[in-house]
Amino acid sequence: MVFLLEGEDMRTAMTLMLLLALLTSVGAQEIVVTLVTHDSFAIGEDVLAEFTENTGIQVEILQSGDAGEMLNKAILSRGNPLGDVLFGVDNSFLSRALEYDIFLPYESPLLEHVPPEFQLDEQFRVTPIDYGDVCLNYDVAWFDERELPLPQSLADLTEPQYRGLLVVENPATSSPGLAFMLATIGVFGTEGEMTWLDFWSQLVENEVRVVSGWEVAYWGEFSHSGGEYPLVVSYASSPPAEVFFMEETPEEAPTGAIVADQTCFRQIEFAGVLDGSEQVEAAQRLIDFMLDTRFQEDIPLQMFVFPVNQQAELPDVFLEYAEVAEVPAAVSPEDIDAMRETWIQAWTETVLRGG
Amino acid sequence: MTRLARPLLLLPLLFLALFYVWPLLSILVLGLAPDGTLALEQLRQLFSPWHLNVLAFTIVQALLSTAITIALALPAAWVCVRWSFPGRSMLLSLSTLAFVLPTVVVAAAFSALIGSRGLVNDLLRQMLALDGAPLRLEGTLAIILIAHVFYNFAVALRIITGYWANRSTMHEDAARVLGAQGWRLWWEVRLPLLRPALLAAAALIFIFTFTSFGVIVILGELRFSTLEVEIYLQAVNLFNLPVAAGLSIVQITLMFVLMLVYSRLRQRLPMALVAAQAPRPQGWRQWLAVSAAGGFMLILLAAPLLALVIRSLSGAEGLTGAWYAALSQDVRGSVLFVPPVQAVGNSLFFALCTTAIALVLGLLAASLMQRGNRRWLDPLFMLPLATSAVTLGFGFIVALDEPPLDLRASPLLIPIAHSLVALPFVVRSILPALDSISPSLRESASVLGATPWQVWRQIDLPLVSRGLLVAAIFAFTISMGEFGASLFIARPANATIPVVIYRLLGQPGTMNMGQAMAMSVILLLTCGLGFAVIERVQRAGNGAF
Repeated sequence: MVFLLEGEDMRTAMTLMLLLALLTSVGAQEIVVTLVTHDSFAIGEDVLAEFTENTGIQVEILQSGDAGEMLNKAILSRGNPLGDVLFGVDNSFLSRALEYDIFLPYESPLLEHVPPEFQLDEQFRVTPIDYGDVCLNYDVAWFDERELPLPQSLADLTEPQYRGLLVVENPATSSPGLAFMLATIGVFGTEGEMTWLDFWSQLVENEVRVVSGWEVAYWGEFSHSGGEYPLVVSYASSPPAEVFFMEETPEEAPTGAIVADQTCFRQIEFAGVLDGSEQVEAAQRLIDFMLDTRFQEDIPLQMFVFPVNQQAELPDVFLEYAEVAEVPAAVSPEDIDAMRETWIQAWTETVLRGG
Repeated sequence: MTRLARPLLLLPLLFLALFYVWPLLSILVLGLAPDGTLALEQLRQLFSPWHLNVLAFTIVQALLSTAITIALALPAAWVCVRWSFPGRSMLLSLSTLAFVLPTVVVAAAFSALIGSRGLVNDLLRQMLALDGAPLRLEGTLAIILIAHVFYNFAVALRIITGYWANRSTMHEDAARVLGAQGWRLWWEVRLPLLRPALLAAAALIFIFTFTSFGVIVILGELRFSTLEVEIYLQAVNLFNLPVAAGLSIVQITLMFVLMLVYSRLRQRLPMALVAAQAPRPQGWRQWLAVSAAGGFMLILLAAPLLALVIRSLSGAEGLTGAWYAALSQDVRGSVLFVPPVQAVGNSLFFALCTTAIALVLGLLAASLMQRGNRRWLDPLFMLPLATSAVTLGFGFIVALDEPPLDLRASPLLIPIAHSLVALPFVVRSILPALDSISPSLRESASVLGATPWQVWRQIDLPLVSRGLLVAAIFAFTISMGEFGASLFIARPANATIPVVIYRLLGQPGTMNMGQAMAMSVILLLTCGLGFAVIERVQRAGNGAF
């Protein structure tokens, strides 16, 4: 038994050395770019294969935790990055990424197909790739049965008829939770007669339910998944995803998104070439490719967000079941970064720990 | 052996220095002094009333969880040791299965069972003719404690039974003859005899619940916060590294002091070991005791798991295997898609590597401690368990960034991180058994001409083999469940079962939920199978000695 264990230990050591040797020898023959991204990233295998075929560049994907973790790791490895391209920084983390200066500027020619409202960095250190709206989702059958009208504004949610119907995520631990909190800040503001915190106090009185993350809210509490709450904070693209992941295509989507003005918050995801990359040119090709229609048209059904390239065509299920918020609530990336801690603490005091 | 032994025994220390101490120091230094000078301004936030509050809650919930778990596991362990009855080893395996599930999945199982619309509430509502749910446990201390008991029951049960089963009944028989009965037998004979195992289990459970994260966030809904949660929020959400580093130091120091105290408290209790053959229960009293303990364990451990199995098999139109079938279909042609067989393969591969590394290093570490220096070494090896996972994860990024040790994006880092967490369990499982080997046994062997190597192989190893079995099962389970820092490691395309579960749960659509439940059941089955194989290997190995 001892011999066996020692043998295995030896083998482990040998594998270790072999792998190290392999790691250092790769790269001599072909160009490999590493795409560092978050855990929610997905893209079609054939799409990436096409890129390699056209350019001779191999793409390796490295998933590096949720969006916040991924960015912090990129900052910690500044100058000696884990890869060449980083994808998945959103507007709530954008100013942190820019402040630590982890990206090399690159202006892709394909940006001409991207509306200016998505291009948040004038120095082109980051390139917008996709966007998605965090909106209230509702259980269609539940509202039909009771003939209850849908809320049309955030303020409506404090009405007695919506008492005990809404489940939201904690902004401290959840990205859609943070987005929804930002929407309330964008709508009600931090000063005046009814501030965003007053709104939240009223929501608490109206028995809002708060859970840690999207999974618990959507899978555990949303009435469509068997929970008690017919209103949930999710994405505008969740209804088409519901349809896409059903065993049979239904006549009507079982859930819907409320996209009325000033009820949603828009998340834009960016990519950038990491400072310290030894494959800058290949990394820039990858950024171009991510903006190109082939990649952009694959985004909706892979990650359930919308492409920023206006030439990209949406899949049928999106055309039929997805809506986009025309006037989302807005808070600037600079304010978000400066105030994030203060806001989350104030929210926690008001909502979870009773003011 | 002696000539060979010294450098070999230092191997676990080298491992710890390279993959724990160095990354940890790197990130702490960077955190406390990002620009070369101490970030005093931010460090002042450490002493806010809120952080004191968090500290108090962390300690109180850990103490309560530990006490309740031990109190509940002790009678169950007694029944399992005292009698052999049908289903005994199944109950033991079952208890360990709970240990492997990701918190998201446990939360889903709990809410199906005791959530406001869960099974229990439905029953109560019908029986009492109520409108609302009588049990509202979400976001309470109660559900945190229940989940901690659910997770840690196996730790207590395994360690106590592993230690107890080999004990001779000499003392107990003597006490009986002298007239000790009932609670006096427990209080004056059994508990003192079990002290090493009880302390070992309590120490592990206390550390485990002290650093609780998923349970607090998901089931406690962040109405309470532990130091571990606070470190995560500071490090990931706010990127406030000075405060995160400060809190990490507080946590590690507290745990280290606690372990030092624990080391002093523990006495060596050399006593005779026998391979006891437990009898069948006789008479209705004994059967009642067995059924009560078995029934309790079934309710605590099997009910949530059963709820999971049921959910994985139920579709819109009743029973279905559709979720399992869908697992191997790549509807989106995604480049990151991992079929279930491959995920099982990846998980098993990492788990086997971890078990091998942790057992070898753990045995060496335990032997090192046997030769003295235990007062410092023992707490030292516990520390990885007491260190915030995100801190260590960030430490790997900062420290392991130069060839030949640029392991930041290497799959090798996964079994290494798992082994760090598994080591304390391995050491804890082996040490009590090693300690109880009477020195005279070794001395007699030496006098009769055995070489040190032969002594170790013929005496130490067979006597600790039951401890080794427990150790192997813990190491395997810890790896299968992706504990600790490994979740913060960047991953190339080798997703394990828990990673696939997280991916599935991250997207809407009934199919994804069903598949996540199916994948969780596969995780349970794979672990169950793993336990069976490990137990068989141990039995075969035992027979050979």
